[in-house]
Amino acid sequence: MITIKNLSKIYRTKKQNITAVDELNLKIESGEIFGVIGYSGAGKSTFVRLLNRLEEPTAGEIIINGKDIVKQRKNELRLARQEIGMIFQHFNLLWSRTVHQNIAFPLEIAGVPKKERKAKVDRLIELVGLQGRENAYPSQLSGGQKQRVGIARALANDPKVLLCDEATSALDPETTDSILDLLVDINKRLGLTIVLITHEMNVIRKICHRVAVMDTGKVVEQGDATHVFQNPQQDITKRFVRQLDGSEQYASLSAAVVKEGTGTIVKLSFSGENVNQTVVSQTAKQFDVDINILQGNVLQTQTGAVGNLFLQLVGNESEVEKALDFIRGANVKAEVQELV
Amino acid sequence: MFEKWFPNVDIADLNTAIYETFYMTILSLIGTFIIGIILGLLLYLTSRGKLWENKIVYGIVAAVVNIFRAIPFIILILLLFPFTDFIVGTIRGPEAALPALIIGSAPFYARLVEIALKEVDNGVVEAAKAMGAKNSTIMFKVLLKESMPALVSGLTVTAIALIGSTAVAGVIGAGGLGDFAYFYGFQRRQFDVVFICTLLIVIVVFVFQFIGDLISNKLDKR
Repeated sequence: MITIKNLSKIYRTKKQNITAVDELNLKIESGEIFGVIGYSGAGKSTFVRLLNRLEEPTAGEIIINGKDIVKQRKNELRLARQEIGMIFQHFNLLWSRTVHQNIAFPLEIAGVPKKERKAKVDRLIELVGLQGRENAYPSQLSGGQKQRVGIARALANDPKVLLCDEATSALDPETTDSILDLLVDINKRLGLTIVLITHEMNVIRKICHRVAVMDTGKVVEQGDATHVFQNPQQDITKRFVRQLDGSEQYASLSAAVVKEGTGTIVKLSFSGENVNQTVVSQTAKQFDVDINILQGNVLQTQTGAVGNLFLQLVGNESEVEKALDFIRGANVKAEVQELV
Repeated sequence: MFEKWFPNVDIADLNTAIYETFYMTILSLIGTFIIGIILGLLLYLTSRGKLWENKIVYGIVAAVVNIFRAIPFIILILLLFPFTDFIVGTIRGPEAALPALIIGSAPFYARLVEIALKEVDNGVVEAAKAMGAKNSTIMFKVLLKESMPALVSGLTVTAIALIGSTAVAGVIGAGGLGDFAYFYGFQRRQFDVVFICTLLIVIVVFVFQFIGDLISNKLDKR
């Protein structure tokens, strides 16, 4: 669907050259929700703006639907852009137009006749759940409603691809969830390919099938979202994963355990089908160890569940070892944690 | 009553003066609007990072605008006499004041247009680009449309400055309330004439301001 080869963007100023995107290669499949995560300054925003050439690439190829966007001339590019929807962090609606008129704008640009426009806009308003607000102006809408208008507008010309530039970063958590649900819904219903840029791991977890982690203009890690969650390789990825799995609190947790003095602390990691197993209660029954559950969580991702459980095992050493072997035998990853 | 307070005012002459003032103000306002929008758009579009970024064009337009804004209006009229004579065929009367009025206030309005356009959120322009809009669509449907309230209030300010300029032009024979106040009032020492002209000009200014604010507020949906 989208193939990116050796894509670079270098900003040249008099004093220095800044490489925002550095020889980037990526393949995004048709119909998937592809997330790009990175801290600010990682080049992810530049990256997504290169995809429809809001920024001009310095080098490389961007092939969308078999056409190299980079090589296209002005008019071709204009037509290509009509098939690439985009939503923005700050919505970028025209305040002088009503909801209906805002959504109709891309249709006006594409030269759709007035009658068809009306019918199309009505359908889009229903799709994003804004019935009854057609004649409101953007200033009368909440942030979430504004982004719904943004989404409807982006979908107006039946694009194959939807680019989301930090689309939920200006929204509160609850509104973020409802917008993400809407994106998943659209992805399923319309088979739309979504490329999403964010700095929130939570967004990736909730809706992305695959994820790429960006740092200093490069993709440092990529793969299925569940896989990356389970086995983060790079430090930066581990930091993002830690936002979610509770190991952030682990330090304070282990300090509390040290006061208690005894036991081995183990982190169990579950993924996919083995999440619902009863391995903990089985361990307690079969071995002479006391199990104290310190902390745990299970996160639902788009491609399955991911869970972590911090246990304190108290008992004699050989019995604890046997218990650990049993757990590992049940296809659950178990790591003994050092007390920090 | 009127004759008691304003014994020297000839109603017919006064009506002509009011008509001429409106004539000059409205026609020159139309001219100023058209030329000001064009120059303002040019200033905006050729500035850095915009659609038609071009240092040379920007430099030339900015220089022309600044030069004409720097010339005091009364001197501009004198300077433009040959030009006016050529275009209008006369250097007297309200028609003859139009070139100087337009050339004097269009650069002023152009700067206000430029400021208004700068206020349009760049993100909105970008969104339109991402939708595949042509530059002309961005200009008319995004930039001008979104900045409409500021364009109207800028035009109101310009209109009021123009009313002042018509009075100045009146003193060198353009007609209107300025002309009336100067020749019939000041030179004949009939101060009731000066007074009624002042009063009328103040009312005209208030009316323009009121209408301008009304339209601007109506357009502003922010």
